Amino acid sequence: MRRASAEPAAWVVNRSTVGRISLPRLSELLRLRELAIVLAMRDLQVRYKQTFFGVAWAVLQPLAATGAFTLVFSAVAGLKSGTIPYAVFALAGVVGWSYFNAAVMRCSTALVLNEAMVTKVYFPRLLLCIGAVLPSLVDFAVGLSVLATLMVITGTPPGLGLVALPLLIVALALFTLGTGCLLAAVNVTYRDVQHALPFLLQIAFFVTPVAYSSALAYNEVGWAYYLNPMAGLIDALRWSLVDAPPPPLQALLSLAVGAVLVAAGLLLFGRTERRFADVI
Amino acid sequence: MHAIEVEGMSKRYRLGQTTSTTLVETIPALLQRGRREPPQDIWALRDVDLTVDQGEVLGLIGRNGAGKSTLLKILARITEPTTGVTRTRGRVGALLDVGTGFHGELTGLENVFVNGALLGLSRREIKRRLDDIVAFAGVERFLNTPLKRYSSGMQLRLAFAIAAEIEPEIVVVDEVLAVGDAEFQRRCLGRMSDMQKAGRTVIFVSHDSGTMARLCSRVVWFDSGRVVADGPTQEVLTAYLQSGQDMGERVVIERGSARVVSPVAIEVACASRPGERPTRDEPLMIDVTLEASEAAPAIDLAVYLTSENGTRILDEAWSDRNDEPLRFAAGASRRVRLCVPPVLAAGRYGLHLWIGTAYDTEFDDRVAMFTLEPRIDDSAEAVRRPRVLQPQVGWSSTLLDGATRA
Repeated sequence: MRRASAEPAAWVVNRSTVGRISLPRLSELLRLRELAIVLAMRDLQVRYKQTFFGVAWAVLQPLAATGAFTLVFSAVAGLKSGTIPYAVFALAGVVGWSYFNAAVMRCSTALVLNEAMVTKVYFPRLLLCIGAVLPSLVDFAVGLSVLATLMVITGTPPGLGLVALPLLIVALALFTLGTGCLLAAVNVTYRDVQHALPFLLQIAFFVTPVAYSSALAYNEVGWAYYLNPMAGLIDALRWSLVDAPPPPLQALLSLAVGAVLVAAGLLLFGRTERRFADVI
Repeated sequence: MHAIEVEGMSKRYRLGQTTSTTLVETIPALLQRGRREPPQDIWALRDVDLTVDQGEVLGLIGRNGAGKSTLLKILARITEPTTGVTRTRGRVGALLDVGTGFHGELTGLENVFVNGALLGLSRREIKRRLDDIVAFAGVERFLNTPLKRYSSGMQLRLAFAIAAEIEPEIVVVDEVLAVGDAEFQRRCLGRMSDMQKAGRTVIFVSHDSGTMARLCSRVVWFDSGRVVADGPTQEVLTAYLQSGQDMGERVVIERGSARVVSPVAIEVACASRPGERPTRDEPLMIDVTLEASEAAPAIDLAVYLTSENGTRILDEAWSDRNDEPLRFAAGASRRVRLCVPPVLAAGRYGLHLWIGTAYDTEFDDRVAMFTLEPRIDDSAEAVRRPRVLQPQVGWSSTLLDGATRA
C-alpha cells in the first residue's frame, strides 16, 4: 500500500452554507468527471437489459412518433411544412424534443432515485444530474442518423446551418441540465415535481413547434410564443438540420428566458445541495 | 500534525425533515405560521470540539443516536454542520455503507466500476487493482453474472473488496466491520491495520469494544450529541462500559434495509433479574428479537460470543439443537432465547448474530457488548485475573504424608 504523501494537503473546510450563494465548482466537477460518465454508462447498460428490441428502441421511438404526427397533422389536419417533406420536418423536431423530454425527466429524479449515494457518499451532486442528461444524447445521435437516412431517401439536403449544430446541441444539453437540476433540487423536498412533470411536459409539447411550424403559432400569438425557450431551440435545430427557415429575431427571447432558467437552476441547486442528504 | 479539526460544531435536524413533505402540506403551514407550534429540533451534535492527528486511529463509541454517524457524515462532507466548522486535510474516504450504487441488473464487473468511481477511484486505478479486488472477494467465476444472482454474502464481499482499495488520507468507517463472516472480518481488520501502518488517519464507529481495543489508540465517547470522554482507549472504554450502557440493557438495533429477517433487539440478563446486568454465577439468557419483513419459511440463527481480545469462545446455532428451522410469517416478530450455563468469568463480552436461510443466502451480523458482573463475594483480585472460563470448579486436598518433625 502506498504511503500517505508526506506533504500536507490543503485544509478542506465544511461549514454551513445557509444563506450563501454557491455556484458549482468547475474544477471539482472536472476532476470527478469520470463519475458522471460512469453513472451515465450505468444508465445505458441497464436501460435495455431484459428487453426484446434492445437498442432498436432508440430507432423505433422517433420513427413511431414521426409516423403518428405525419398521419394526424399532415394527412388529416393538412398542416404545411413549406418545401420540406412533412416527415423530415417533424422528425427534426421530434429528435430535439425527445432529448429534452427524456433527459429532463431523468434528471428531475436523479437525486431521489440515488438516495443511497446522496446520503452515504460525498461528491458534487451536480454530477448525478450531468450523468442523467448524458445518456439521452446517445438516443439523440441515433435519432439524427435516422433523420439523415430519411433525408437521403426523400432527397432533402441540409443547409449551411449545419455548421451551427454542435453549438446548438451544447445549448440544448445545457438548457436541459439547468432545468433538470432546478426540478431535481425541488424534488428532493417536494416529490410533487415527479407527479407534475409528465403532465407539464405534455403541455410544453403543444406550445413547442415539434409537430407544426413555429410560423403558424407566431402568426397567432406573436412574440410571446418565444417565451418558451424550447420554441427557439427547436426552430434553430430545425434550421440547422433540415434547412428550414431560420428562427426570427424574436427567438432571442427564448435564449434569454432559457439562460435565466439555467442560472436559476444552478443557483438553487448550489444553495440547497449541501443539505440534500438531510432532507431526501 | 492535525489531520482533522472540529470546532464548536453542532448539527440540528428538524424533526420530520427527513420525511419528504408535499407542497399541499407546506402551504397551509406557511399561511398559519406563528399559530402553529415551532418545529421540533433535534441536536444530533452539540458544540463538538475535536482534533485528530495524522496517522491516528480513533474510535467513536456511544449509543445509537449519540451522534457518531452524523459526525462521520459531516467529516466526509456528505452534509454540512449547522454551526461551527470542520476541517480535514487530504482526501476523505467514507465507508458508511457497503455497495453504494450497486445495481442488480449490472454484472459484478460493471458494478465494480460504478462503486469504485463513487469511492473516488479512477477507471485506471480500478483496472489496475481488478485482480486484487476479485481475489479478495472470491468471485472470479461470477464476474460476468448479473449482481442480482449473487448471494448477499457475495455482494458484501465484493463491496468490501472494492472499499479495501481506496487510499485516501483519511478513512471514516461506520460499523461496517460488523458484517460478513469471521474470516472476512479478520481480513478487513488486517486491512485497517495496514491503513494505519501506511500513516492514514482512521476514524471508526463500532459497538465492538474488542475490535476497538485492538485497533484504536484513542476513543471518543458520545452521548446525546456531546463528547462525554476523550482519551486513551482502555480508559474511555472502561468508563463507557461501566456507565451501564449497552449492558444488561435492551439494545435496540437499527433496522437494516432490504432484509427479510432483521434483529430488532438484543437483551442479555439473568433469568431471575431481567433488565439488570447479568452476573457470572447464574445462567445467562440471551434474548434476540427477530422481525420478518416478508414470509421466511426457514431461518437459522447463530449467536456467538467473543472475549475482549476477539477470540470466539462460543458459537451456537439454532439448527444445532433443533430440527425445525425458525419460521416467520410476513410482519411477524419472534423472540429467540439462548440459555448459557454459568461458566464464563466476569468481564466484557462481544455478542454477534448470524442469520441465514437454509440455502446459502447469509445475512450480516450485528454486534452488541455486555458485561458479566462478578459474583457478590468474588475478591477484587480474582476478578482482575485475565480469563474467560470460570465454571464452578472444586478444590480438594488429601494429606499424603502427615509426618511432623518437632
